[in-house]
Amino acid sequence: MATPERSVVEAVERMTEAPSTAEPIPACTFQVKNLSIWYGEKRAIDDVTLDIASNAVTAIIGPSGCGKSTFIRALNRMHELVPKTRVEGTVFLNGEDLYSSTVDPAIVRRRVGMVFQKSNPFPTMSIGENVVIGLRLNGVRDRKFLNERLEKSLRMAALWDEVKEDLHKPGTSLSGGQQQRLCIARALAVEPEVLLMDEPCSALDPIATAKIEELIYELKAKYTIVTVTHNMQQAGRVSDYTAFFYLGRLIEFGPTTKIFTNPTERQTEDYITGRFG
Amino acid sequence: MHLERADNHTWRKIKSALASTIAFVSAILVISPLGLVFFHLLVNGAGSVNWDFLTKLPAPVGAVGGGMANAIVGSLELLAFAGVIGIPIGVLGGVYLAEYGSARINSVLRFLADVLNGVPSITWGVVVYGLVVLRFKGFSAYAGGLALGLIMIPLILRTTEEVVLLVPNGYREAALALGVRRWKTIVHIVMKTASRGIITGILLALARVGGETAPLLFTAFGNRFWNHSLSQPIAALPLQVFTYAISPYDDWHRQAWAGALVLVTGIFCVNVLVRILTRGHAASVV
Repeated sequence: MATPERSVVEAVERMTEAPSTAEPIPACTFQVKNLSIWYGEKRAIDDVTLDIASNAVTAIIGPSGCGKSTFIRALNRMHELVPKTRVEGTVFLNGEDLYSSTVDPAIVRRRVGMVFQKSNPFPTMSIGENVVIGLRLNGVRDRKFLNERLEKSLRMAALWDEVKEDLHKPGTSLSGGQQQRLCIARALAVEPEVLLMDEPCSALDPIATAKIEELIYELKAKYTIVTVTHNMQQAGRVSDYTAFFYLGRLIEFGPTTKIFTNPTERQTEDYITGRFG
Repeated sequence: MHLERADNHTWRKIKSALASTIAFVSAILVISPLGLVFFHLLVNGAGSVNWDFLTKLPAPVGAVGGGMANAIVGSLELLAFAGVIGIPIGVLGGVYLAEYGSARINSVLRFLADVLNGVPSITWGVVVYGLVVLRFKGFSAYAGGLALGLIMIPLILRTTEEVVLLVPNGYREAALALGVRRWKTIVHIVMKTASRGIITGILLALARVGGETAPLLFTAFGNRFWNHSLSQPIAALPLQVFTYAISPYDDWHRQAWAGALVLVTGIFCVNVLVRILTRGHAASVV
């Protein structure tokens, strides 16, 4: 990845090759070592070390302002959009240092997809255009390939049957839950290795939430998923591992069943049982 | 209770009626000039707007008849040239203000653009006269178009900045999170989302400079014949209206009214187009 041009070519090649799941799967997708993040003078993440397992769902929980979102955004370098951020420590994605000076953030974000709290389909585009826009703007022009990827992504996001007749309609014409699944399809279309979800259900009703949770459960067969949630029951339902953050620090991390039934730390127990936060 | 005493209630009703009457009269006063202008133009000019007026050159001095075809086409040429200068610089500058740059530099640029918006239009004529007309030793369509283009830049810059800032940050993040490069995100997502607003700003700027006379007085200068080269003086509708209106001939006065009517109608049409573009699309953000 010496030059931006070459890295674009590599990324497109990677996207058009066989899916990365064909390769032997390492035990953990992310290795985070001593990660600290500052916004100006404020330290948002304080010395976090954490391994995120492949093909599993890891939930990040904690009270507002504890650094959950900052942490998840550090996994695809989205937090850099805020001016005056500074990072210490390392994040390895399948063995590659994401913060090495030769790594291009745009390439990182192609490998690590993201779904946001508020569904945000592009208002000027149809449902179909929304799904393939990531590929199109990354230089893919082959119409046949785009159509195949369109159907595949919508199927994976469990939205195909609901919208296959309406692909030309505006993305914003869908209901809230459908819009969020459209955003998931859009993120999946570039075939990332990881899917990050920043409170993906917090703006949805219980039925739409249930559909997204079911989808998360299905997607972990192919993807490593990291999700931030405010909803303790949701973390319990969908995740295999849970990390509890408080005031920028990782308080406790382990299998979800253990965190929820037998936490080691007093603060974790207090938070989970609703004594604060 | 004494709050509900009858006389108190009547006094309130009077105050309320008075306030709404004053507001209503003010509203009428606001739109009455527009009505007066249109009424006068129609009364005095409609009779002289005919096929000859739209298709013929001005008649020689003293002769009756003739038209302003060269001025109508000249105005369109000047607007096209002004657009070539004003639209790209204004739009790209507005995008820079909204998307790039530091807060301090941007506040300086914004302030300067507002100052430029307040500069009297004749000043632009003088500036272009000094920079272009004197240097190239002659009035020209280039000089006129440049003067109009310079007026358009700060207008388009500010409107573009405003509508680009209205695009929610979620769309930028969504595109960047797909690994799309920043400039592509700005062009294909942000500017596309704001395109309706940007086009509206461009049309309003064109309508504004389309009626400008002062910056053309010593740049485009005016021409009684067809303009065959952009390096020659060129006629423009507002300029022709000005020349004819201060002339001593009755026939020219009638033609000045007709020219003003055509000009106002053109600007009115642009404004209607803007209304159509911006109507019923509040849902699509901008």
